[in-house]
Formats: sequence, C-alpha cells, structure tokens
Amino acid sequence: MCAGRVDLAFVLRAFQNGMDGVFIGGCRLNECNYVTHGNFHALNMALLCRRIMEHVELNPERLRIEFMSAADGILFTEAVNDFGKKMKALGPLGEGEGLERGELAARLKRVAKLVPYLKLTQREKLASRLSREEEYRELFAREEVERVLREVVTYYIDPEKCQACMICARKCPVEAIDGGKNRIHVVDQEKCIKCGTCFEACPERFAAVCKISGQPAPPPIPEERRTLARKTKGAEKSPSAA
Amino acid sequence: MTEVERVSGEAGDFTVELVRTPRYIVEEKCTGCTTCVEYCPVNYPDPFNQELSPNKAVHIYYSQAIPLVAYIDESCLYLKEKKCRICEGVCKNNAIDFHQAPEKMAIKVGAVILAPGFEPFDPKLRGDYGYGRMPNVVTSMDFERLLCATGPYEGEILRPSDRRHPHKIAWIQCVGSRRVTPGDNSYCSAVCCTYTQKQVILAKDHDAAAECTVFHNDIRSYGKDFERFCERAEKLPGVRFIRSYVSVVKELPETNNVVIRYATPADGVKEEAFDLVVLSVGLTPPADAKRLAATFGIETNAHGFCKVDPFAPMATSRPGVFVSGAFQGPIDIPESVFAASGAGAHCGALLDYRRGKLTRERTYPPETEVAAEEPRIGVFVCHCGANIGRIVDVPATVDYVRGLPNVVYAQEQLFSCASNCAKEITDLAKEKGLNRVVVAACSPRTLEPLFRDTLREAGLNQYYFDMANIREHCSWVHSKEKEEATRKAKDIVRMSVARAGRLEPLQEFDLPVDKAALVVGGGVAGMTCALSIARQGHEVHLVEKDAELGGIARRLHYTLDGMDVQAYVRELVKTIYRHPLVHVYTHAAITEATGYVGNFVTKVRSERGPAEIKHGAAVIAIGAELYQPGEYGYGQDERVMTLLELEERIAAAEGRVVNAERIVMIQCVGCRNAERNYCSRICCSAAIKNALKLKELNPAVEIYILYRDMMSYGFSEDHYREAADKEVRFIRYEPQDPPQVEPLKEGGRAVLRVTANDPILGRGLVIDADVLALAAAVVPSEQTKEIAGLFKVSLSPDGFFKEAHVKLRPVEFAADGVYLCGLAHYPKHIPETIKQAYGAAGRVLTLLSHDTVVASGAVCEVDEKRCMACGECIAACTYGAIEFRETRQGKKAAVNPVLCKGDGLCNAKCPTGAIVLKHFTDEELLCQIDAAVEA
Repeated sequence: MCAGRVDLAFVLRAFQNGMDGVFIGGCRLNECNYVTHGNFHALNMALLCRRIMEHVELNPERLRIEFMSAADGILFTEAVNDFGKKMKALGPLGEGEGLERGELAARLKRVAKLVPYLKLTQREKLASRLSREEEYRELFAREEVERVLREVVTYYIDPEKCQACMICARKCPVEAIDGGKNRIHVVDQEKCIKCGTCFEACPERFAAVCKISGQPAPPPIPEERRTLARKTKGAEKSPSAA
Repeated sequence: MTEVERVSGEAGDFTVELVRTPRYIVEEKCTGCTTCVEYCPVNYPDPFNQELSPNKAVHIYYSQAIPLVAYIDESCLYLKEKKCRICEGVCKNNAIDFHQAPEKMAIKVGAVILAPGFEPFDPKLRGDYGYGRMPNVVTSMDFERLLCATGPYEGEILRPSDRRHPHKIAWIQCVGSRRVTPGDNSYCSAVCCTYTQKQVILAKDHDAAAECTVFHNDIRSYGKDFERFCERAEKLPGVRFIRSYVSVVKELPETNNVVIRYATPADGVKEEAFDLVVLSVGLTPPADAKRLAATFGIETNAHGFCKVDPFAPMATSRPGVFVSGAFQGPIDIPESVFAASGAGAHCGALLDYRRGKLTRERTYPPETEVAAEEPRIGVFVCHCGANIGRIVDVPATVDYVRGLPNVVYAQEQLFSCASNCAKEITDLAKEKGLNRVVVAACSPRTLEPLFRDTLREAGLNQYYFDMANIREHCSWVHSKEKEEATRKAKDIVRMSVARAGRLEPLQEFDLPVDKAALVVGGGVAGMTCALSIARQGHEVHLVEKDAELGGIARRLHYTLDGMDVQAYVRELVKTIYRHPLVHVYTHAAITEATGYVGNFVTKVRSERGPAEIKHGAAVIAIGAELYQPGEYGYGQDERVMTLLELEERIAAAEGRVVNAERIVMIQCVGCRNAERNYCSRICCSAAIKNALKLKELNPAVEIYILYRDMMSYGFSEDHYREAADKEVRFIRYEPQDPPQVEPLKEGGRAVLRVTANDPILGRGLVIDADVLALAAAVVPSEQTKEIAGLFKVSLSPDGFFKEAHVKLRPVEFAADGVYLCGLAHYPKHIPETIKQAYGAAGRVLTLLSHDTVVASGAVCEVDEKRCMACGECIAACTYGAIEFRETRQGKKAAVNPVLCKGDGLCNAKCPTGAIVLKHFTDEELLCQIDAAVEA
C-alpha cells in the first residue's frame, strides 16, 4: 500500500470523527522505490483537501503531509512534535475556528458526499506529477475549488420525458435510480454520486436526464404519479389494452 | 563470527573447515530486545560508528544486523576478569551463555563465492591532511556515520572537537587514490566522486545554510544518472566545486578550524579555513585479502584485489571459486549487486545437476473455512522483554482488550516472536476456536511473515492476521509518559481489532512457470546471458535483429585490459550455436508480446519464419547505438571519424591512421550536454586505448586528447597514466568553450586545424592534425521505445531502459519476469556488460528454477456493477495491470491480479468505489479510522 492510497474520504472521515488533525507521511518525493511515485498523488489529494477545509472554514493546517524516508527518524520526530504543538495551539476541531458543532458536522457531511464528484472533476490534477514547488502552490487555486464546489452539478430525471426504459437504472454504479418497467425513474439524491453515467446513458431521443449546475434538483414526483402513461405507437394501436 | 581455516577439494566438491567464535548468546533464545545492552557496564568506542560513539561489551552489531541478536565481544569484563555477569541476570529469556567455546566444523560445498568487500583507505597511517592529529579532519566513512540516523549523534552532524554543527565543510577528493607515492594507490577508487556529492546533498539537507566546498580533480560521474546527480549537488546554494590540489596548512588554535591551501586559475593560491574537513578516502583490498587468497588458493592482482579474467569477471584463478563485489576491484553498489547475482549464476551452471536436492517443502494443515462465522478474535500483547512492558502497562492493556467487540481471548506474552510463543498462538487459536488473530508487538515489516505462518500452522487463512505496533509507534517514543503510552497502546490495539473483524480470507495463487527464457538481442550481453541460462538447464530463445550475432562488439578489436574482442566474440557465437538448448533467430523482429511473469507469449518473425514463443522470463539486451556527430566536420571530411571508426582503421592498418603525424581526439561529442545529459562512460578509456595502440604502432605519432573530465575510473587510471607517460597530451576544455576545427593548408600540407583554450594555461593551443577522432556519445537503440511498449517496461529520462531499483534490483524491471542487461541499460565496458549479463541470468534462474510463482492475495479487484468505465484506475496504474474489457453492460475495468502490485493508487482515484484493494479495502481502513475514536 502506497501513500497514494490515502483517500480523500479517509481524511474527511477522520475530521467527521472529531480528530483535531491528520498527518500523512509518505516516502521522499522523487525517491519512489517502485515506479509509481504515488506520493505525488497523496500530495495532490492533500492540497485539494486543504482547499476543501478552507471551504468549510476549518484551518487547513490541521492536515499535514510530510515526505521522509525510513532513515529520517529525526525529521519525523520534529515534524510530529511540531504538528502536535500546532494542533494544541489550534484547539479542538471547530472550536478553534469558532464553528458550532452541528454546523461543522453538516458542512463536513456535505463535502464528504462530494468526494466521488471531486475525484471525477479533478481527476487530472489529482494524478499529476509536477516538478516545481510554485506549480504546486497553483495546482488547486482557491477560487477554482470554490467555483467547483459552488457549481456542483445535480442530475435529475425529467418525469415528462422519462420512458422508464431502465437503461440508466441498470448502468447507475451506485443503484441510485429508483424505478422499474413503466415506472418513471427518479434519482435518489441521497445515494447519487454525481458521476453522470445516467446522463450519458439516457437515449438521445428521450434526453430525460437533466444536468443542473449550482442548484438543488426539483423535488421528485410523488410515488403515485410515477406510473408511465405510454404514448408509443403500440399503445395507440390498442388503446383498450391500457 | 566465523573464519575459514582451510579449503580442500575441487570444483563441485570442496570441504571448507570453519571456526566459529562464540557469541556467548544463544541465538535461538535471544530476541534482540537489548535489555542486556542497557545494563552492561562496559563503555568503549564503537568500531561500527568509526569509534565516534561509545558501545557496550554486549551489543547488536548494528540496527539492521542479521540475525538481529546480541553478541558479547572481548571487552566483556567477565571474559577478561571473570567479573560482572550482569547481563545474565537481566536477560529474561536466559539467552546468555558464557560456556560457549570456539566451534570447529567442516562443511561440504560445491562452489564458493568470495565477497569480502573492501577496506576504506586509512589516512591515519601517514597522517594525511592532518587526519589523526586534527580532530576536525574526518574521513568520508566517519562523515557517513555522522549523517546516519543510527550514527554516533543520531543523525546530527556534529564535529569532533566541540560537538558543534559545522557550518563550513570541505571535502578533499582522491585521498589515497590516483597517486603513485608509496602508501597510496595508483588506481581511481571509482565511487568517491559520487558519494561525495551525496554527502554534500545530505549535509545541505541537514543544514540548508551549510557552505560546502569540494576540492577535486576530474569529476567522474560516469554512472547512470550520475551527471544529473552531480549537477544537483553543484547547483545547491552555497556549494562550490573547485578543481585544485590542496594541502592542509594548519589548525587554528582557538577554534580547531582547519586551514586549506588551494589554487584557482583566477585567484592563484589562496588559504581558507573550514569548520570540518572530510577526506574522500578510496577503496583498498579487504584487510585480510592475502590470507584469504592463500586459504582459497586464488591469485590477486598487482593492487591486491582478486585477479579476474576480463571475459569472466566473476571467476577467480581457481575453478569453482567465484568472486563478487569490491574484491573484484573498486565498484559501486549496483555493479556489486549484479556481480553477486552473476556469481550465483556461475554456481548455478556448475551445480545445476544438484539444484533443489537440499530443499525441503513445508506442509501446512488444511485451511478451515471460517468466513461465514462471526469473528472470534484472539489478541496477544507482547512485552518485548522490557521494550514494551517497561512503558506500557501490558496487563491493563490485555484487560481492556478483553472488553472489545468480537474479542474472545486475550493474553500477554514475554516475546511473541520467540518460537515457544508463536507455538502458543497456534495452539490457542485451535483450542479457543479463534478465527482472527491480532498480535500487539512491533513493526509488521519484520515479523508479519512469521505470524502469518503461525496462522497457517493453526489452519487459518494467513490474511486473518493483523499486527498492532505498540513498540515503534508507542513504547519507544513515549518512554517518559507511561500512562499516555498505555492509553495509546489501547487505541492502537482497538483499531487493529476493528480491522481484524473485517478481514477476509485471501488466496495467494500459484502460477505455473514456463521453463524457457526469451533473450532479446544477440550482442555480448544477450549471448552471455543466454548461454548462462542454457548452462543451467533451461531452453533459451535468442532473438537478434541483424543477420549475425555479436552486436556492437563485432566492431571492437582490443580493450585496455588487452582482450582480443574479435576472437572472444567468434568463440562466443560458436558456443551459442553449439549449445543444444539455445535457439537463435536472426533477422528477427518481435511482432507481439503478451502474457505475464512465468507465462509470456511472444511472436517473432525471422529467417526461420513466423514463430510463437512461450517463455517464463524475458531478458532485454538490445544494446545501444552510436551518436552520428554533426559537429567538427564529421561526415564532410573523411579525416574526421568516431573513435570506433578509428579503432576499425587501426585494426585494418589503414595508412592514413597508422602513419599519421598528429592525431587529435575530442571527448564528449554529443553527450554531457543539455540534450544528452549523461556521460557515455566508455569513451575516455576508448581514447586512451586507441592512443596507446597508435603509440605502439608508431611511437613518433603526436596525440592530443581534448577532454572535459577523464573518466578512467578504477584500474583504467593506470592506463591513463601510462598514456601520459608516453607523452599523449591531455588537454582539458570547458564545455562552454569547445575546440574549433578548420580544414586548411599549412605549408602545402592539408591539415585539420584544431584550436582549443587550455583553462589551466589560460591560452589558446593550435594543433594541425592529420586525423581527428570524436568520442561520439552512446545513445539508446532505435528499438528501445518499441520494445518498451511491447514488454510494458519503462525508460529513464535519458532514454535507456529503467531498472526496477538502481541498487536493489539493478537487472530487473518493475514488471515481473522481465530483466535487462548490457548497453540497453546504460553504456558500459565489455567486462561490466558480461557481469551484468550473468547477473540477469542469475535473476532469471531464481524465477525459472521454480515450478510456480506465488502472486499475493492483496491485489485489486473490480466490482463490475459499480464500475462506470471512467478509466481513472487505468491511468493511475503504472504496472499496466488494469484494462477495459467488454461486458454485456459495456466496457468495464478488469484487473490482471498477476500484474497488480497492490499500491492502491487506483482505489484513491475511483469515484464509485468499484475497484477494491483486497486486505486494504475502504471498509477495513475506514473502520480503523472510526475505531481511533473511542466509542
């Protein structure tokens, strides 16, 4: 397992659990013992995470990443002692920042839910390997991350257009689409990870899946109105069957 | 602690008589807890730390020693005066045994490998540069220990006189090397330039403000990536590289600072004081080389190193006795490593008929199916002697653990790793019906394999094990906060238990190994490697793109060592064709390569027609090419040629060359520049060898070699000196001011006028030459990229193939089952190529001699339902282990578990959680994160 295995979700989970700080240790940059250089991936993830922390108004200093070899005992000691001291100075998570506990939990829950979406939209940056420190400072610009978080997309199935063909429901990787044959499909926004698979999958002639940016989806249509009234040729031929 | 007394017999049947000096410690009982070391009252300078720090009479040799157990040396009070015996009292495992006596034994072996290493040059003998007199003059070996975390000051660089951080540090190169004065060595020690650069970089790491000065002669950065490394050191702020001979003038009485006198062309002679002076000492033969040579009946060379034949660099003068490492001569770590593997290949060829006869297979009880059961976790908390128990309240931890969910049994152990305790775990697992085990002890890095084995003995899947590190992560770092350490130990164990409850049984699978090998490239490297593999009983398919075998060596005629290359290559080709297990494909091209370790299928088109070759291993030995210079009128004037062309014309006794009055050679043509930032390694020796040959044929010829740094490393230095003695003129030029060449007529004679600026003399030189030879760079073969694509292996920045690890795996690729050797890896001399080719053969045999390879169970797997085919995992995988495959639900990622190395980068990229790294799943890790907070 490489430092690059550390998932954005792991770090956020630690904060959700009330940890005051998270420290990630990786091998020295450019000294990978394999050919993967996954520590750069870890670095990218940490930089993105720090922006997210700023977004929820947590002090980004609460996440630290350091690179050292197994022989750098002293460096490790110094880094950890320094980190510990800083965390003590910052005080308990949220309290130090003057955030109300419930509010912080709600914010963290909201961003934690966006992890899959962030992985998708920031995919190139998360896997990049840059050579200069300045480039890293600019990798995740604050305004850019803020914009991404502001303009989060939502997928919504237009009940007027949905033909209940099951294609999107079958393709959804997280089973977030509710519906069956002749039952208008509805995206369960709690489960949805905003991957856009349904948007891609919906046949062009239906174009029922809509992508909304920066605002919540309209409320789902009530259960009782989900049965599809088919207006297909077959239905026209034998109206009595309906 | 064992000495060889006598060797008798012959290759295949030696009797070696050994004397084992007593350790006074029962190895099987000692767990390496070092409690005895703490109590030992003796304090004397530790030779391992260059006598810079104290040591005890009972101690572990060094922190990574194998076996990691203590021994008692002659400074022991009991051994000297029959007093003390404190260690006996404090050892909880009764491992101390003062009754041990020297033990004689005779062992029967078929072959011997000598790997005694080297002895650093000792400047104390003559007090060079004040060493031994001035405290702040240290050797590079002393400095190495100062830099080390396990060194005398735990990695702090403190100077000996006042234990302060030195701010101004000077390195003096070539101490004991490249000199013919008595007591010095005439050869170049080959490794000091680069190790000094490393020390400079590390010194700057420790103290960014340090001022580092290196006084050097040539900088010999001739190895792979050395040029870049050297630049990295040079470019650091506050680092100076000064080309000057130096002398140590005096020590300043108040500060103990050391004054060095040196000269630069710009400022003339100067004196400067330094806080610390490091002598870059060279390599000398091992201290007991003479005795060793006599015992084994082998010859040594003029320098006291082992005498070797350049065509068989691992063979000594006695059949069946092989040599590897620095006893062959000064070489660096990568070369030592592949030479060692090569010596192994020699032994393999000699003893192949007995391969596997002494191995014993272990059998385990059948695995019980417990996946459906509720987790029943057993926890064993180790005292590690006093290491953990003295800080962490172990009984309290055990009590606490008993209350954790799913824990059905917990107990403490004195040393969980001791064989009786491991047995206890096995027995209790059976007795209590445990289906998961947690051992709270030390780092899993060392002992996890042992405990996994313990589980297998109990009939449990070995992946049902988790290790909680309460030593390195707890007791060792919190020795002053016992209560908090105990609390943290509980936290660590709780997290471990949480994970253990979710562990799944995983299967390591055995892949059958096809016993044949494919060698790509029929030059010296490929042929040597193929022959070695064939001599160890395996079929080899040797694929060569040209019509004939031999590669670039077909154009070489002689070497500095006096080898007849043509005769050697002819003989090698003949042997290859005669060997029944080698199948040669000439005029061949590889059209397709598929498969993985143990099971490759490669399609080859050749004179034999199309063929599909099944093989278990592949060796890439496709060689390199020569740069075609665009400089100095090459290609326009037939008097301008490459060194290789010069050699061919000398061999053909071409009049223009052998009767020339004046010949100029220009080094570093097309390399060590921005485009090719590496040294081609072989050209300086090539220039010297051709110069010597020309002088031999026509002593009146005037030869000028225009160079940047003469890379005549190792024993080649003697030939460099010989050439200088024969009045070959060596003139240095700076890269920013290269020589100029102009064809013109001088007194009716057509000459090539070469003008160069000698930076030492500070003036221009004009040489009217008849022949100009260019040391053209060695460049990667044109096929490199194609072959890299076919076998899914990677390239270094310079375009040569990239080995898996420079030192640890120098002839292997990161892709399992694919190996490399020869110029394809980097330019090198024939003996080095041969060494590496044997090295690759040695590694190939470790694979092919097994019937199966074991693939780890901790690899990735895709839940197709969740896969949205975004391809992020494929982009993240550097091993090419993931590919799309068509399913009824469209494209889905699929992992080839054989190629997966379990780094898990793909997991962190997957937006849907479809790809899962088994044994380190999101679920397992998240529950551990959750368990970090006490419920």
